[in-house]
Amino acid sequence: MPRRRLIYAMTWRLPIIIWQAAFFLVPLGFMVVMTFWAVKNYRMEPDFVLQNWDKMFSKGYFWDAYWLTLGRATLAAVIASLVAFPASYALAFKVSPAARRWAIFFLIIPFFTSYLVRAYAWQVILAEQGVINAGLSYLGLGPFTMLNSGIGAMVGYLTLTLPLVVILQTFSLASVDRNLIEAAWNLGCSRFRTIFRVIIPSAKVGLILGAVFCFILSFGDFVSPYYLGGSKPPTLSILIIDTTKSGQQWPRAAVVAVTMIATLMVVAFTAVSAAYRKPKQ
Amino acid sequence: MSGRGGAILSRVYLGAVFLFVFAPIMASFVFSFNSDRFPSIPLGSFTLHWYQKAFSDPDVWDAFRTSLKVAGSVALLSTAIGFCTAYTDFRFGFRFKPAYLALALLPPTIPLVIMGLAMLAWLSNVGLSGTVTAVIISHTVLATPFAMAVIRLRLSQMDPALEAAAWNLGASEWGAMRHVILPFCGPAIISALCLTAAVSFDEFAVAWFVSGLNKTVPVMILEILQGNVDPQINAIGTVVFLTSMTLVVLAQVMVMTRSRENPAKEKTE
Repeated sequence: MPRRRLIYAMTWRLPIIIWQAAFFLVPLGFMVVMTFWAVKNYRMEPDFVLQNWDKMFSKGYFWDAYWLTLGRATLAAVIASLVAFPASYALAFKVSPAARRWAIFFLIIPFFTSYLVRAYAWQVILAEQGVINAGLSYLGLGPFTMLNSGIGAMVGYLTLTLPLVVILQTFSLASVDRNLIEAAWNLGCSRFRTIFRVIIPSAKVGLILGAVFCFILSFGDFVSPYYLGGSKPPTLSILIIDTTKSGQQWPRAAVVAVTMIATLMVVAFTAVSAAYRKPKQ
Repeated sequence: MSGRGGAILSRVYLGAVFLFVFAPIMASFVFSFNSDRFPSIPLGSFTLHWYQKAFSDPDVWDAFRTSLKVAGSVALLSTAIGFCTAYTDFRFGFRFKPAYLALALLPPTIPLVIMGLAMLAWLSNVGLSGTVTAVIISHTVLATPFAMAVIRLRLSQMDPALEAAAWNLGASEWGAMRHVILPFCGPAIISALCLTAAVSFDEFAVAWFVSGLNKTVPVMILEILQGNVDPQINAIGTVVFLTSMTLVVLAQVMVMTRSRENPAKEKTE
């Protein structure tokens, strides 16, 4: 490549490499290195010790948090996928393309608007003397405890992820070949059976991606478990915050973080390879 | 699943899902004008008290100023970097391109708490933790993929022969960039500026870790939340909602209007 063309190409190629290397890769790499550092007299020192890993992995509360987080994120992915599916199905097949565009337009908005304030609003709605319980009391029901429980946390996870899951599912359902569906009907396959035998297998990639994104977001979220789930028992994200904010135990928080990233990578890789696997003939 | 009953049922279900998604936003808006400290039904009387209380607090103004400074800088930086990346992906093929794209698009998949910890540790190591610069740097990492995606989408609507035609007519590569590519990407660039500003304006987790005393609005909300129920949050939150909604709507409108236009008309510009 002539020199001038090389300069042109590199002008556009290099900015992201430099920026993400300096402020994304290096910080994450540094965090991994930090898990081997020692903390002496409340100060971190460069070292190569396994004591942070040892300390965290031998603690019962770490594994409690791990399984709780994994379980809740899996449950959130399942519930979000199931709740979203009829809505996505309706958007893909039952409304006009213009209506679908508007629906997507409106679903994108909450994804970028303060999740924190929305969680606070749920706190007020779900509270013991909140809107829902007040409404139920007119019917002579309740009060039900929803806040500071798994239910509260789940409402938060769905608030965070449902719009995204509906968007991803709708896109994949809308791109299923209509001829395929009509062929199934013409061959006498019932509407209901067509959904499971034709539509879902054809839209597999988007459906799995939706679930995976829901899992990733819920797994790392701290707002829902903290403000709606009552923070006890802690999830991994709360564990990171408590460990970081309470002093110089950053290396131990880093151990939790690295474990989380490893878990997410395994889940994402497994799911994506399942999504793109060819069905057996 | 068929017939009129099915159609009505699916609309009702859609309505319920949208109600769930928008309920907290509407609730926060309504509660912000409601006199009760613990809002419930029946609602109390109409009041502007919470707005007056929130916006007579100089800390709130400081937070808004910091947030604006951060969001503005992040929008410019991440849109510039995102444009370079989108153009590279559109124009060039090279070895390691999948790795290059992964590097560009990966940050939003890392949980924010982890990004916060990593940024805190690294930025304190280089002496930047607790500064506004630290927040700008971290938010640019998070926002750039969104800018890149928006601009890349726009470029995919462009005929690649257009740039080559400009060269054949005697334009240099830089000239073609200035007179063909940049004008074509104009609406997407404005869209990316709005979207990345919204991402930064709403981000609370990483900012909470690295901002120190330079609190942004969401960090301030987070810290108020750790205390008791405080309806001021609804007032501040409503302002935040309106700001980021305006930005996201603008971002979407910019992309939509242009892509519906007649492509032949654009080429004559």
